[in-house]
Amino acid sequence: MTKAKAKPKPEKGKPRPLPEPDAGHALVQELMATPAEPPGAKRSWWRRAGRVALVPALAVLSGLILGGILIAVTSPEVHAALQVSVIDGIGTAFVVVFRAYAGLLAGAFGDPFRMVAALQSGDPLAIRRAFNPILESMVSATPYIFAGLSVALAFRGGLFNIGAEGQIFVGAITATYVGYALVGLPTIIHLPLALAAGALGGALWGFIPGWLKARTGAHEVINTIMMNYIAFRLSDWLLTGPMKAPGQFNPVSPTILESAWLPQFFEQPIRIHLGFFLALATAYAVYWFLFRTTWGFNLRTVGANPNAARYAGIKTGRWIILTMTLAGALAGLAGTTEVLGVNHNLAMAFSSGYGFDSIALALLGRSHPLGVVLASLLFGTLRSGATRMRIVSGVPIDIISVIQAMILAFMAAPAIIRTIYRLRQPAEAEEEVLVRGWGG
Amino acid sequence: MAPILELRGITKRFPGILANDHIDLTLEHGEILALLGENGAGKTTLMNILYGLYQPDEGEIFVRGRKLVVQQPSDAIRAGIGMVHQHFMLVPVFTVAENVVLGQEKTRAAGFLNGKAAAEQVRALSQAHGLEVDPEAYVKDLAVGVQQRVEILKLLYRQADILILDEPTAVLTPQESEELFNVMRALVLKDKSIIFITHKLREVLEVADRITVLRRGAVVGTTTPPKASRAKLAEMMVGREVRLEVAKGKATPGQPVLEVRDLVVINDRRQVAVDGISLEVREGEVLGIAGVQGNGQTELVEVITGLRKPLSGTVRLVGKDVTGAAPRRITELGAAHVPEDRQRDGLVLPYSVADNLALQTYYRPPFARGVVLRQEEIQRSAEARIGEFDIRTPGAKTPAGSLSGGNQQKVIVAREFSRPIRLLVASQPTRGLDVGSIEYIHGRILEKRQEGCAVLLVSPELDEVLELSDRIAVMYRGRIVATVAAGRVTKQQVGLLMAGIVPEGLEEQREVRTVEVTL
Repeated sequence: MTKAKAKPKPEKGKPRPLPEPDAGHALVQELMATPAEPPGAKRSWWRRAGRVALVPALAVLSGLILGGILIAVTSPEVHAALQVSVIDGIGTAFVVVFRAYAGLLAGAFGDPFRMVAALQSGDPLAIRRAFNPILESMVSATPYIFAGLSVALAFRGGLFNIGAEGQIFVGAITATYVGYALVGLPTIIHLPLALAAGALGGALWGFIPGWLKARTGAHEVINTIMMNYIAFRLSDWLLTGPMKAPGQFNPVSPTILESAWLPQFFEQPIRIHLGFFLALATAYAVYWFLFRTTWGFNLRTVGANPNAARYAGIKTGRWIILTMTLAGALAGLAGTTEVLGVNHNLAMAFSSGYGFDSIALALLGRSHPLGVVLASLLFGTLRSGATRMRIVSGVPIDIISVIQAMILAFMAAPAIIRTIYRLRQPAEAEEEVLVRGWGG
Repeated sequence: MAPILELRGITKRFPGILANDHIDLTLEHGEILALLGENGAGKTTLMNILYGLYQPDEGEIFVRGRKLVVQQPSDAIRAGIGMVHQHFMLVPVFTVAENVVLGQEKTRAAGFLNGKAAAEQVRALSQAHGLEVDPEAYVKDLAVGVQQRVEILKLLYRQADILILDEPTAVLTPQESEELFNVMRALVLKDKSIIFITHKLREVLEVADRITVLRRGAVVGTTTPPKASRAKLAEMMVGREVRLEVAKGKATPGQPVLEVRDLVVINDRRQVAVDGISLEVREGEVLGIAGVQGNGQTELVEVITGLRKPLSGTVRLVGKDVTGAAPRRITELGAAHVPEDRQRDGLVLPYSVADNLALQTYYRPPFARGVVLRQEEIQRSAEARIGEFDIRTPGAKTPAGSLSGGNQQKVIVAREFSRPIRLLVASQPTRGLDVGSIEYIHGRILEKRQEGCAVLLVSPELDEVLELSDRIAVMYRGRIVATVAAGRVTKQQVGLLMAGIVPEGLEEQREVRTVEVTL
């Protein structure tokens, strides 16, 4: 009679398929080892941090060198000089590259002579203007930090969030809507509401692929990419329809009410706003969450070994969903701070690829919040310096994308960097020390 | 005649470790030399030097009386030295023949591969040496034992006559090991010479002509099977007397802790893996589950520990129904689980030893206050466990993945045994471990039994089950064919039961069990 009971019943609680390790997973594994600190190494944590940062630093250097070669090779001036003689050509090449990078640096950090002059003059306006480039770099870095944290957090949970771009759009949409539609609220209420709306929008966009992954095993890479397309078209539709500013010819949303703006610290055109510091605080919060709480332990364990996580009683499905939701919220904040801090409205294609660059940032930052902040500052300065570089040297802005791409290629293939600079193979333990390099 | 291979004074230092300390070793023509030693004794380092993967700091290698400088594996291969690594180096989506000829392919004009010729050649080779394998089969479809034959064929194809087999039986079932030994015996008759690396004493005595024992990087001595015994070899390996037979007090079974009734479980391929099993484990007794691997033991353990939902039947733990309960609830009721695959389930390899030691308790005081982890507590407790369980690690912050297999297992044992537990589910607790670690873990398991813990031991190693268990349940095709008292059964009888045959004298006991089960 037990036979009758043995009839298969609908398997509600059937163990869900665990993510199969794939090549990407192996990469995540490599990026995520917990720190190993050799005994007695406490004193020289900065040296170990230096070792961890060595490859990224050299990757940046190599990217800049190759970028310089590219600038020289594509410069019409150099071509003209080569007609005269090879020596002239080489000389001109150095001049051209120097000028371009000087422009880049000046655009990113400011002109030191102007800063000194402004400080001497004591004119507050002149001082602000002189320091504007570096402040502008921080503005550029802000969405990078949020989006980079999003991808890094997902990496730690063993997931590839390719959907940061879409989450940025949805976060921006919801934040914009709350920003212009809720009238008559004081800043103290309106701004947090708008920020929360942006985070929630992004969270929803992360939750969906997370839920699909946990319930059906559908791969998050595919689904986040598809969610991107949905987000793009959704924003196109909203901006040409329901969210289009009345009386506007262009597809833009109504201007966000000032009560929902992230406060800027100076008058226009200096745009540095509270979002940058919010980003830094968020980075610390993510760090604390990941490495100092049981929640972070759950998330990282599911990422590092889902089987062991299940064995240890962690509900892996729930954590996959939560990880993607949190990652989505972080990316949503990237879009939110852009619309609330800088643009003050939503326009089509406003993000210009922050979400895709953020994958690079997470890799460059080794999926650690501190690393992500540093990498974001780097990309922010490259981006904000590029305009000035074009003005002073005529080198197209696109060269920055090429340099970024090369930095990434070097990061993805550290063996190349090790060969070029004749570094020895790291002992297993060295690689990931940075994880504890902050606050601990 | 000069020995076919001679190593003189080989020394290799790694930072902080003397891996090989002036090792002298000779391999005579046509013999099987067993290289015996615990994990970390320097066996693999020595063979990697011979194969050109490492350079020795001192010492010389002679092949057939002539000095050989091995700078890279190709030098070794040219000298007729071939190595089968512990982890196979095969291309799963290639056929056997393709794998064998890989790198030395036969080609027709214009560089086209001649697949047929390769297959023929491999077939001839496999027949000549009694290595049965279908040259056209894909490697991914082959059993592990057969894949190993492909590895050996690769060496023979390259005309190696000095074969190094690095822990070849670690991945094999007892039957497959037996077949491998037959192949090895056949090979030496065909003029090959074999170095057989292992830490399993029984195998050494069975197949080797001579035995050289390494300990801490140095040769302890060389002996022959007739002059040696397991006890003596173990003593040479470990450097002290080893208790191979565990002294076991009398069992004093108390209340039932684990009760399984009519359990039916399906596996991932949707086949019935556990087909109506009932069993019971009481306080202070060890119930051993014997059986050839793949007869449903894995699924049974998974259901008991909450990792898999059963189709029907019930599991009760300390009187509470835990059928289909979540792993954490089962753990919190006092179950400990030493999983079958320690790297897959039992450890997070990139995590530190300390974090791995806290893997079951990190969310509770003292390791967490609310949701905040208390790293200092985790660290402090880990340091205590490392001392108590003699885990050999550079520190509590070392990643678990960089420890040896034995020490990884000790991390799991330390974690699972140092909680207050009522039930211990130990699945192949000594898989791939050396004598010293096995002795240690067996001792700890019996200690738990003495403390009144109920122990469910699952192992395909018959010796282990016989030594530790008070009662033995033999699983075959998802069923328990018989449950017998450990003292009243011979190894041969259990062996027959494992094949699904109930020997005559045992019928009676089996009846008794069945009655008990239906109570």
